[in-house]
Amino acid sequence: MTLARELLDGFIAALRKLGAAVLFLVEILKQSPGALARPALISQQVRNSGVLSLIIIMTSAFFVGMVIGLQGYDSLSRLRQEDILGAGVALTLFKELGPVVTALLFAGRAGTSLASEIGLMRATDQLAAMEVMAIDPIRRIIAPRFLGAVISVPLLTAVFNAVGVLGAWFIGVQVMGVDNGAFWSQMQEYVDPPDIYEGVLKSFVFGTTAGLVAVFEGYNSPPTAEGVGMATTRTVVTTSILVLILDYTITAYLI
Amino acid sequence: MPSGETPPVGPGEFCYPAPRLQKGFNLPGDNLVEVSGLHFRRSGRPIFSGLDLAIRRGSITAIMGPSGTGKTTLLRMITGQLRPDAGSVRVAGLEVAGLPREALFDLRRRMGMLFQNSALLTDFNVFENVAFPVRENTRLPDALIRQLVLTKLHSVGLRGAAALMPAELSGGMARRVAMARAMVLDPELLLYDEPFSGLDPISLGVVLRLIRLNNDALGLTSIVVSHDVAEISAIADHCFVISEGRVIASGPPQELAASSSELVRQFMAGAADGPVPFHYPAPDYATELLGEWP
Repeated sequence: MTLARELLDGFIAALRKLGAAVLFLVEILKQSPGALARPALISQQVRNSGVLSLIIIMTSAFFVGMVIGLQGYDSLSRLRQEDILGAGVALTLFKELGPVVTALLFAGRAGTSLASEIGLMRATDQLAAMEVMAIDPIRRIIAPRFLGAVISVPLLTAVFNAVGVLGAWFIGVQVMGVDNGAFWSQMQEYVDPPDIYEGVLKSFVFGTTAGLVAVFEGYNSPPTAEGVGMATTRTVVTTSILVLILDYTITAYLI
Repeated sequence: MPSGETPPVGPGEFCYPAPRLQKGFNLPGDNLVEVSGLHFRRSGRPIFSGLDLAIRRGSITAIMGPSGTGKTTLLRMITGQLRPDAGSVRVAGLEVAGLPREALFDLRRRMGMLFQNSALLTDFNVFENVAFPVRENTRLPDALIRQLVLTKLHSVGLRGAAALMPAELSGGMARRVAMARAMVLDPELLLYDEPFSGLDPISLGVVLRLIRLNNDALGLTSIVVSHDVAEISAIADHCFVISEGRVIASGPPQELAASSSELVRQFMAGAADGPVPFHYPAPDYATELLGEWP
């Protein structure tokens, strides 16, 4: 009985939080035109969230590409189909791994940074001070950071895909001896625009999710050291789970 | 042009400081802030139970009382950051809780607030901190903003610290920067939340003098929440002592010092024990010491 009660309470709390997050998103979207009117604020956030994430994204992408290249070569060579390695790698990266891994890495690198920055501003009354100065913190602080994430994740995904393909090419062509022409021509043959669109759609959805979770958790974090720490942790956990759920949902819808 | 003479202002030129229009300024009975029948609970605990007070225009009013009596909460209600459960908070004749967002922001542009921890923006230097409300709320050219900010920083004695970051400031300097920022848009009402806490005697004296000076020179109305009875009594025109959700005494500081109320006398004299006990409610001391370990 107690367990059932606790589960019910937890479910209701999760629903409340979801509702609060949706209302928060609506408020951000209402304030976004004001933020978009000041592109310098958004480009600064694209730099903070996106450009500063490039190293981790490119390093990860190269190794992920190499692993896919190696595993793909191992599997395909058993079927004597190693020539289609390029197509397999590209489809795997563009449709699935690129958007998903980029979003997970973004949550770990930039999402935590956003949540802790906003949480600290809350804890030190900087957001309250802005409100008293008749400056809407949603418009001035939250919306530019959210939009920065929405713009950054698709761009980072594109970089991830490109570097990932290079990693697979290095292993497949340079190390394992797959024909260079076959690698690229098979990729060109089997990768269609809808495959690219699927990845682009996912990266926008994941960017919106990662950005929203980070700014929501930071903005609503308790004004204590522990509260900011918990908000940072929740940002990574919640984003990771949501990205995987949304990935399956979008894939199932599009297939 | 002889010094002291006002320069002529041509068409399209900016004139600063702008003439202040203060309707009914300092008229008898003219209150800028009126709080009546205020009720507010937080986490089930009553903070205000029918609080009534009025703040005269042009005055420095001290809000005093034991810790946890809701002094900061009262400031947050005056600025519209919190809404009362019942009762009314009116500023310049406007019911704060009933204002739509834009109207509330318009009202806030007529206020400034100094936070207890200064609340400076940690990524901006001193100059940009003071310039921040001007840049966000006006479309003044950079040259004018520079003059405006330097004027305000000069008035708090920190023009030379304009390039420093908040982390490089002492507590007293941070408080003065926050004061310059609160004044930069020439508010009618300036709210100070514990402006003296943690300051050394020199900084405290500077801040104290600045509150009085700014209030008189700029024609402000100031509300100062403070525990520092001696200091605030030196500059306040009127004091309110709040306890258990109500105003238990009010009047000029000299009157309060001679109050017959034990609680007011304990507070004004800073006595450790009295109606507000030194010890938080606890079981018998000896019984607890000699009793079993829980």
